[in-house]
Amino acid sequence: MSTLHLAVADGMTIAKRNALKIRRAPDLLGGVVMLPIVFVLLFTYVFGSMISLPGLSYGEYLLPGIFVMTIVSSGQITGYTLTQDLQKGIFDRFRTLPMSPSAVLTGQTVSDVIMNLTSIVTMALVGLLVGWRIHSSPFEAALGFLMLLLFAYAFSWVTATVALALRTPEVFNNIATIMSFPLVFLSNAFVDSTRLPGPLKPMAEWNPVSTLVQAARELFGNTSQALPVPDAWPLRHAVPISLLWSVVLLAVFVPLATRLYKRAVSK
Amino acid sequence: MPDAIVAEGLVKKYGDVAALDGMALTVPEGTVLGLLGPNGAGKTTTVRILTTLLKPDAGHATVAGFDVVRDAHRLRAHIGASGQYAAVDDHLTGAENLEMVGRLYHLGVKRSRQRARELLERFDLTEAADRPVQGYSGGMRRRLDLAGALVAHPPVLFLDEPTTGLDPRARIGLWEVISELVAEGTTVLLTTQYLEEADRLADRIAVVDHGHVIALGTADELKDQVGGDRIQLSVTDAANLQAAARMLAPLAVGNVQIDAAALQMTIPVSGGAAALTQALGHLAAQRITVRDAGLRRPTLDDVFLSLTGREADEKIKETIR
Repeated sequence: MSTLHLAVADGMTIAKRNALKIRRAPDLLGGVVMLPIVFVLLFTYVFGSMISLPGLSYGEYLLPGIFVMTIVSSGQITGYTLTQDLQKGIFDRFRTLPMSPSAVLTGQTVSDVIMNLTSIVTMALVGLLVGWRIHSSPFEAALGFLMLLLFAYAFSWVTATVALALRTPEVFNNIATIMSFPLVFLSNAFVDSTRLPGPLKPMAEWNPVSTLVQAARELFGNTSQALPVPDAWPLRHAVPISLLWSVVLLAVFVPLATRLYKRAVSK
Repeated sequence: MPDAIVAEGLVKKYGDVAALDGMALTVPEGTVLGLLGPNGAGKTTTVRILTTLLKPDAGHATVAGFDVVRDAHRLRAHIGASGQYAAVDDHLTGAENLEMVGRLYHLGVKRSRQRARELLERFDLTEAADRPVQGYSGGMRRRLDLAGALVAHPPVLFLDEPTTGLDPRARIGLWEVISELVAEGTTVLLTTQYLEEADRLADRIAVVDHGHVIALGTADELKDQVGGDRIQLSVTDAANLQAAARMLAPLAVGNVQIDAAALQMTIPVSGGAAALTQALGHLAAQRITVRDAGLRRPTLDDVFLSLTGREADEKIKETIR
């Protein structure tokens, strides 16, 4: 068997292991899914009753933001499981095996895609219950979900990098929570970023989360002609820039995570 | 008999601290070498280098004929390693854990499954095979971890403190399993802090301190090195302990060791039973009541003490891993 073939096979073995772990520890996935569900309900029924958007219900506006929020919080599981494995010496076992060294991280991130798929589907179903609808063509909608999953995959590598740099589950959890809230809230996920005051507006508009949310809104048809058009460049080309973000994150964080992994385990 | 493990001049530094400082050892095929030493002596670092987890700063080593640095990847198919932190996955069942290892050794689906069942049976884990490891006892986890090291029938096995933290019953169970493996011809490098464990399992013992081997031999050879018998006696009254030790010091051929908590002392002597009689006579003359007294052969503990100046189980604070 070729090296590449083995690397893929080993990656799948590790991915299967992680998928089993997610299934056996429903509290992990539950934790990731529960927060966005609570947000969907609270925002739709509490804020949604106050916020009126021209030509669009708040629930429809909200759901693409919720999808992205789910991706960001799922990323925390990637990091958390990695730091836990680091502490338990399970990587030592892997490294004494004649397996492909890259398989640990590819396996981890591939299983995260499965987890993200599960949580995005859950959110879509919850969304349908509170009135979210897809108004675009099936092709555009499919592209929307694929784009979200690609970004989720790239984001797993980002959290893997952070986790391998921080190493302990507790530290990782604290940092990840502190980082993820501004990332999600200082964006257009829940509010119209064009109406934010002063420096918050450009910060929100250049936030990659905003780009992704905007792209998802466009691909699912959750936009309205009556809404002000954001003038920031990434938001005017949201779909291609979102895809570009995913590619750039992968290009930077795959080698970085790989290097940190080697360093973390060779002590 | 060819050597399964050869290490020469291994050095590994962490900053200014040398974890390994000229470590050298050879293990002939089919034998067990016990690396005996306190925490921080360099045992684990040695194992990590020999199992390709760590690169040495200097020196070289071969295992099963493969260089541990240059041929690391090929070597991994020929070794099994089981560590002091059982590297098993809590959320997976015992069977799933072993199947995963089989797959990573590239045994294929069917063979991996079959091998997992064989090992579970051998290690008395069949009943627990389909339960998540989370619910396993410490002894069961170690057995599973050891089983994981055996999946690919490796000719060379590394056991890093395999029974640390286990209760005595689980420890004896694991010893029996290891003895069986050795009887089948597996070469084993075993690290331990327990003298009894080295005594029981190892053909030869290398005493390690400050990153290199300070003595090597069979358990009996090492015991002979420290010579003579030991008088071990305890007194009933703490106030008499120091006085008794001073009084008996002239009989000793080395230092008298005092264990204040146990009101006990150990005196190396050359005269055997006559020395014991003499000692008891001295104490009786001073009306010091003896609770218990006896003559014994030196243990590996004594070997360790005389070689390093401290007791093997003295917990030296571990500053490096």
